[in-house]
Amino acid sequence: MAVAAAPHHRRRALQLGFRLGTYLALLLVVGPAGWLLVSVVARAAPHWQWSVLWTQGHGTGGGLLNAIVGTLILMLGVFLIAGTIGVLAGIHLSELARPRRNGKPSGALLRTASDVLSGFPSIVLGYVGYVALVVGLHWGFSLLPALIILSIMVIPYIAKSTESALRQVPTNYREGAEALGMSTGYALRKVVLKTALPGIVTGLLLALAIASGETAPLIYTAGWTTQVPGGQLTGSHGFPYLTYPVFNFYDQANNSAHYLAFDAALLLVVLIALLLVASRIIVARTQRNSEGRR
Amino acid sequence: MTVGSAGIPAPGTPHVSTTRRTTGVVRRVVEVARAHEEGAWRWSARVAAVLPLAALVFALTVLVIKAFPAIKVNGIGFLSRSTWNPGSGYGTTVHSHGVAHPAGSSYGAWPLIAGTLQTSVIALVIAVPISIGGAFALTERLPGWISRPLGLALEVLAGIPSVVIGLWGLLTLGPILAHDVYPILGDHMPDVPVLDYFRNPVGSGEGLLTAGIVLALMIIPIVASTTRDLFTQVPPLPKEGGEALGMTDWEVANRVTIPWVRSGIIGATALGLGRAIGETMAVALITGSILGHTAANIYSPMSTIAATILSQLDGAQTDGTGFAVATLAELGLILAVMSVAVNVVARLIVARTSGLAAPVGRA
Repeated sequence: MAVAAAPHHRRRALQLGFRLGTYLALLLVVGPAGWLLVSVVARAAPHWQWSVLWTQGHGTGGGLLNAIVGTLILMLGVFLIAGTIGVLAGIHLSELARPRRNGKPSGALLRTASDVLSGFPSIVLGYVGYVALVVGLHWGFSLLPALIILSIMVIPYIAKSTESALRQVPTNYREGAEALGMSTGYALRKVVLKTALPGIVTGLLLALAIASGETAPLIYTAGWTTQVPGGQLTGSHGFPYLTYPVFNFYDQANNSAHYLAFDAALLLVVLIALLLVASRIIVARTQRNSEGRR
Repeated sequence: MTVGSAGIPAPGTPHVSTTRRTTGVVRRVVEVARAHEEGAWRWSARVAAVLPLAALVFALTVLVIKAFPAIKVNGIGFLSRSTWNPGSGYGTTVHSHGVAHPAGSSYGAWPLIAGTLQTSVIALVIAVPISIGGAFALTERLPGWISRPLGLALEVLAGIPSVVIGLWGLLTLGPILAHDVYPILGDHMPDVPVLDYFRNPVGSGEGLLTAGIVLALMIIPIVASTTRDLFTQVPPLPKEGGEALGMTDWEVANRVTIPWVRSGIIGATALGLGRAIGETMAVALITGSILGHTAANIYSPMSTIAATILSQLDGAQTDGTGFAVATLAELGLILAVMSVAVNVVARLIVARTSGLAAPVGRA
């Protein structure tokens, strides 16, 4: 045996090295995350003023009200558009697509397309949105092209998380529903979706976290404005969002611009942390309930 | 657990009828809706599931149409040339292959393709061992009360916007590396092949290695959390069997745990590679954005395809012939092909190895 043939001291050294190596690796995984969070807070905290939350921007100064409202509108839009389409696509892939006759899993082409799209570079999607929607359809930098491109980006993600949430619904639930004489649609709504709902909502929240932190697909679809967005879908000559100041204000000449960049970074991190905590709470509550049911 | 307390009706509970008295018309509408519910689900779900495919086809079509003039003029040499010259915006317009472009314009994508691959490979070389080691410590060594919050930290890192990580890399990490770490490497690396790329000059901290390190930070959460989930799925019996045979932790990891989930780790790595190739914001902030040159050493400023599309599209609109915008579409097409290829190859590898993943026969 190869194991027995290795000299004793060499095995001990390898073992020690491996243990130290794994702890060092863990430190390198967790350490930068902590460092990053601390330095985001440290850069924003010394000059933090609550008024950035309700002051409109002007030039590269003022506040972030326009960007905050813009990001919230984008999140709501992505929730409605990508949420609806992504969840329905997940339902199709998990529940409704007919199994192939050759025994291959159903919906293979659509699932592959969705996977490829999820790996599609976001800046290229942004370019496509710019060329086809902003310029091609004369929509200009505005909400609708940004929303469409952002939705295209996160739909595969929502579809995948919905599909896996639905696949975790035990088969006997479906069989039970069928045995009770429920129609497929009714059983889907009342039994299967209801059971999978926490998983689906968690996926949606994480998708919203991704969407709110994106910059590359928005630069050339949303543009930027210091106006607080109104109801215009197209032709608004720019649409503000929180990641823009982070990318564009840090190297401006005036300090107020730097402050806004760091403030926006802090707000983004807080927003995303809230979404993560919300999804965690949902997962924890579901687990507790499912344990209680047994 | 008593029956009847958690939504389960106790035996003998009278069934509460939910049927309401409705007028004939309403009842008829409800009946029709009930009858068509399944069809409505089926159709809406089918349409929704086709949309990602449609979006993919749409994006690729737009790119190909837009890039076509650039492909004709730039030719196959686009992949190997190193020039990046938009030509004179005020000069004459010339025609080649029937396509108008500014006189003197000459584009080459080689430094950008090389830069994309270099940053991604550096990121993988750093991220994969750290992720596997970290995931191993999380699942196999640490108790739950430590590993669960650390797992949360991993999720937070995954959720931090790339532009925030990029700004941190530019303002915090880059200067520290350039002042305290790179000079040591640059002074002491021997002048032998491969290692001589680490020799001076070390530059300002904006360049290839910093970009690779920051990209590594961005893909570590992906690879580490996937690997962690994989490790928890390895059944305990084979591992305990290994320990019972007197294997050390390292031998159990090397001969049982990691081979068991090898295809999954390859898949996670490919996922990280795909992310690294397409990442834009962080890289755009910290590469130094130099066009037309491949990196001279590992600290040199350079650029990637994604960062170039971001930084050049604004200026490309000043090219009245539209040729600069078309060239960026060609770049986008190359980037899309690269990331789709990574995706497909990863799938093939996973499909081929997944049957052989378990070194010990599964029950």
